Amino acid sequence: MSGAFRIPSAGRLKQAKTARFSFDGQSYTGIEGDTLASALLANGVHLVGRSFKYHRPRGILSAGAEEPNALVEIRRDAARRTPNVRATVQELYDGLEAQSQNRWPSLSFDVGAVNDIASPMLSAGFYYKTFMWPKAAWKSLYEPRIRQAAGLGVSPDKPDPDHYSSRYAHCDVLVLGGGAAGIAAALAAADAGVRVILADEQAEFGGSLRFEAAAKIDGQDGFSWAQAAVARLSAMDNVRVLSRTTAFGYYAQNFVGLVERVSDHLKNPGHDLPRERLWQVRAKRVVLASGAIERHMVFADNDRPGIMLAGAARTFLNHHGVAVGRNVGVYTANDSAYSAAIDLKKAGVNVAAIVDLRDNPTGPVIDEARALGIEVNFGRAVIRAGGKLRVNSMTVQPKNGGGERTVPVDAILMSAGWTPSVHLFSQSRGKVAFNDETKRFVPGIYAQDCVSVGACNGTDGLSASMDEAYAAGAKAARDASAGDLGAKAGKGTKPKVDASESWSRGMLGAAPGAGPGTTVKAFVDFQNDVTAKDIRQAVHEGMRSIEHVKRFTTNGMATDQGKTSNMHGLAIAAETLGKPIPAVGLTTFRAPYTPVTFGAIISHARGPLFDPTRKTAIHPWAEAQGAVFEDVGQWKRAWYFPQAGEDMHAAVGRECVAVRTNAGLFDASTLGKIEVVGPDAAKFMELLYTNPWEKLEPGRCRYGIMLREDGFIYDDGVVGRLAPDRFHVTTTTGGAPRVMNHMEDYLQTEFPHLNVWLTSITEQWAVIAVQGPKSRDIIAPLVEDIDVSDEAMPHMSVREGRICGVPTRLFRMSFTGERGFEVNVPADYGQAVWEALWAEGQKHGATAYGTEAMHVLRAEKGYIIVGQDTDGTLTPNDAGLDWAVGKKKTDFVGIRGLTRPDLIAKGRKQLIGLKTKDPKVVLEEGAQIVEDPKQAIPMKMIGHVTSSYWSQNCGRSIALAAVAGGRDRMGDTLYVPMPDGVIEVEVTGMVFFDETGGRLNG
Amino acid sequence: MLLIRCPYCEEERPELEFRNAGEAHIARSADIAGDSDDDFEKFFFIRSNPKGIIYERWRHIHGCARFFNAVRDTITDKFVMTYKAGEPKPSKLPNNSNDVVAK
Ligand SMILES: [Zn+2]
Repeated sequence: MSGAFRIPSAGRLKQAKTARFSFDGQSYTGIEGDTLASALLANGVHLVGRSFKYHRPRGILSAGAEEPNALVEIRRDAARRTPNVRATVQELYDGLEAQSQNRWPSLSFDVGAVNDIASPMLSAGFYYKTFMWPKAAWKSLYEPRIRQAAGLGVSPDKPDPDHYSSRYAHCDVLVLGGGAAGIAAALAAADAGVRVILADEQAEFGGSLRFEAAAKIDGQDGFSWAQAAVARLSAMDNVRVLSRTTAFGYYAQNFVGLVERVSDHLKNPGHDLPRERLWQVRAKRVVLASGAIERHMVFADNDRPGIMLAGAARTFLNHHGVAVGRNVGVYTANDSAYSAAIDLKKAGVNVAAIVDLRDNPTGPVIDEARALGIEVNFGRAVIRAGGKLRVNSMTVQPKNGGGERTVPVDAILMSAGWTPSVHLFSQSRGKVAFNDETKRFVPGIYAQDCVSVGACNGTDGLSASMDEAYAAGAKAARDASAGDLGAKAGKGTKPKVDASESWSRGMLGAAPGAGPGTTVKAFVDFQNDVTAKDIRQAVHEGMRSIEHVKRFTTNGMATDQGKTSNMHGLAIAAETLGKPIPAVGLTTFRAPYTPVTFGAIISHARGPLFDPTRKTAIHPWAEAQGAVFEDVGQWKRAWYFPQAGEDMHAAVGRECVAVRTNAGLFDASTLGKIEVVGPDAAKFMELLYTNPWEKLEPGRCRYGIMLREDGFIYDDGVVGRLAPDRFHVTTTTGGAPRVMNHMEDYLQTEFPHLNVWLTSITEQWAVIAVQGPKSRDIIAPLVEDIDVSDEAMPHMSVREGRICGVPTRLFRMSFTGERGFEVNVPADYGQAVWEALWAEGQKHGATAYGTEAMHVLRAEKGYIIVGQDTDGTLTPNDAGLDWAVGKKKTDFVGIRGLTRPDLIAKGRKQLIGLKTKDPKVVLEEGAQIVEDPKQAIPMKMIGHVTSSYWSQNCGRSIALAAVAGGRDRMGDTLYVPMPDGVIEVEVTGMVFFDETGGRLNG
Repeated sequence: MLLIRCPYCEEERPELEFRNAGEAHIARSADIAGDSDDDFEKFFFIRSNPKGIIYERWRHIHGCARFFNAVRDTITDKFVMTYKAGEPKPSKLPNNSNDVVAK
């Protein structure tokens, strides 16, 4: 038996297909096709959670995505724990494990429920008011306590083992919502042959046809018609049908985000299946058929388990075959709840009474209810619900006051009317309009190429909805496809409605007994525990705009986004303000419509696929040598090469000494490289760099500085002139893309008259730096047709030729201060040439060195690194590089910026060297520098350390720093205050090793 | 994600392929070195930041790589039109920006 409340004669599920599941450790049986909610109700379980603020017992309010109460944790294994799953959405599978949330120690006895008793202290705006003072208590006392108490559910603490997928799709007509209207629209468009996507959030299409038992279309019951129609659509090549797919966001130019739940409903999802799939759809036309959401009645204790929306009770009965009680009461302000009473009565459930706020309503459902012998009360209100863990009575009173009567019930079905789902329309930036007669916000001014049909458009009745939808689907197809296809739109067979149910208006705001002056807990927003009184209080405390009321009370701010509560909250605020509803305004709907997992959004972009990893051609060699790598932008760079027993300090020290004693090999392939080619190449270089280039001879190199227009250093690098019309430009590793962009920008937009081509060649050339006294001895035997003698190839020159049989651009240059070469070879030959150089190097005591040794060696020579020693506020002069600015030039990018008053003022920060008084102390990079360590805090900081290392070659620590007026402070003592003491430093020049530079040629 | 029409490719392409490059029609002086402090301030620091129509530079960086100009409405985020770099600021905008976007 799949639950004591299952009615075998009702519903569409196959009784034979049972599924076992557990809730809070207790085992139950449901049926395939159940949601967790329907399966729990079949077993008589209504109490499923505790509320957010007051920890009140809560049940199941709805049968769909709007559910604010029945949030549970679904657990597949230790890593697959999903909190805040709506039990009304989660499909049952055999073995499903669910847990209630927000309760301790148990669901029926929850200590946090003391908040309910203390609720006068927890009223609207409580957090804002109570925790304002004293300030110090916020961090130590209030925040940890609130954080512990706040939030529903517990996040999983392990990495998500599931995978997610992502797809882009394009279509002519995208239909969002697969109820009767959506299906009709899709049929009209699909029959024309245009590309259609039809999506619905439920497992099965049909929308409200799931519960509208009286609906008949094309001679079938409504739900069966929906299944047949969707089967026909699915079989068409031009149609994609997506079930379990929620349109969560409507973005610019008909770009819609959908998330498809692929495997959450499966017992054993295969690992080949993603858990969810994100669809990013660009549609020429969108048809919104998102339906309407039923509102609850706002009365005292309307949150007791067993009190639910009338339409939900019908879904549980007519679709799942579950009675939500044995003796139900109905409280309504419109017709649709009568249908629930009628359906239940016919299924053998006792209906204790229908309480209708309206005075003298008439209509077929009312007659039918009476004919079935149901007690019907007009002009009366339910002023209170009895019971705690489950409703056990409703107290009825004439709506204008009078004698009370308490009716025993085990469930109350309520309906205050239906709210059109304008969420997606609003997200599309459309403006809603208030219909004063029906008290509904409906789509008004459209901002995009979309159309609303059916209940979400405020259209009442099945027949009118389907007519409207079919016509709109046909028009959308015509508009999207101008040709023959469009002309055929709407020429198929339009579905014919044979029978439908009656619709009527409802009411907004608090019901009698919960009106102004009352202090009862009549909930407006169940998920955030906001009552009618809270909203009135917000207005009394000065909130005027609905946006302020919303934030002060948190009405509509929970994960359900107020799907059931917004209109009630608005009506109560409007009433309290004494203004009409449209004058108070509707809050803006924002994406996502329902919560979307991070997994679906990031898809495969995590772990190693989060960001591309770039590796040089020589990477495998370094890896085989046991190099430790560091990330530099997207690059993996060999940081140092530890030998047996060496730590980083020892390895770097050894590498640095070896380079200056014999030689070192360094993989410099990540250097940005740009080829500047064309008749005007030199002119272009003159404009983009501070240096003069016209007179640089082919075969020579120059260190170039690039500025931004503001005069600050943007990038630097050695540039070789290969030919009169060809420059080989190098940039910093991290700067390559932005330098390329900067050059292209000026070439295309400021200097388009120059005949120049720019080509990124970073990845085309592998670069092997061979540095040290023996560097020439190492490369000489391998170079075939280049004279590498000092006379033929002095420092700062470049030659094209061959090495190891492959083409090379050979630079004589140095970032170490030693005689050095940089061997550029086509990347495919990078590792082979490296291995040949390495073998040759072994004869001369060469070592491989990494980026750390490279940094130390350049700092020993005072060579700056742009982005480390400069920070975007240093000029060439500040960096001691004034010699690199062409004084006779009349234009280059940054020339005017350099003469700005602040940039030529005295006392600017300048790069200098620092030596600690204790040579063993290594300063911390970023440490602040002061003149007087005894001054009061906050001290006047005059600069900071930009680079700092232990230099094995110097036998001491060295540092570079940017210090105000630094070059006028040579020999001065300054101080670096640190947490464990003040470090005394002496200001020096930037060169710590081989000050005369003799070793460049030595 | 917006669709942006590249005036060089003559196609609407997704926003992902483009990068904004700041305000358009701010000319770099031919004799910039001789500019006054005020002129340089206007050129380098001052931007209009309007509510409504803005003239911007964009680059089709993951496409043809060309810089071009665009007219965009900062209220609706909609692109009103795009045109090639170097072309003058349009003297007249299309009446119905929706039509332009929808094409
Ligand atoms: Zn393009």
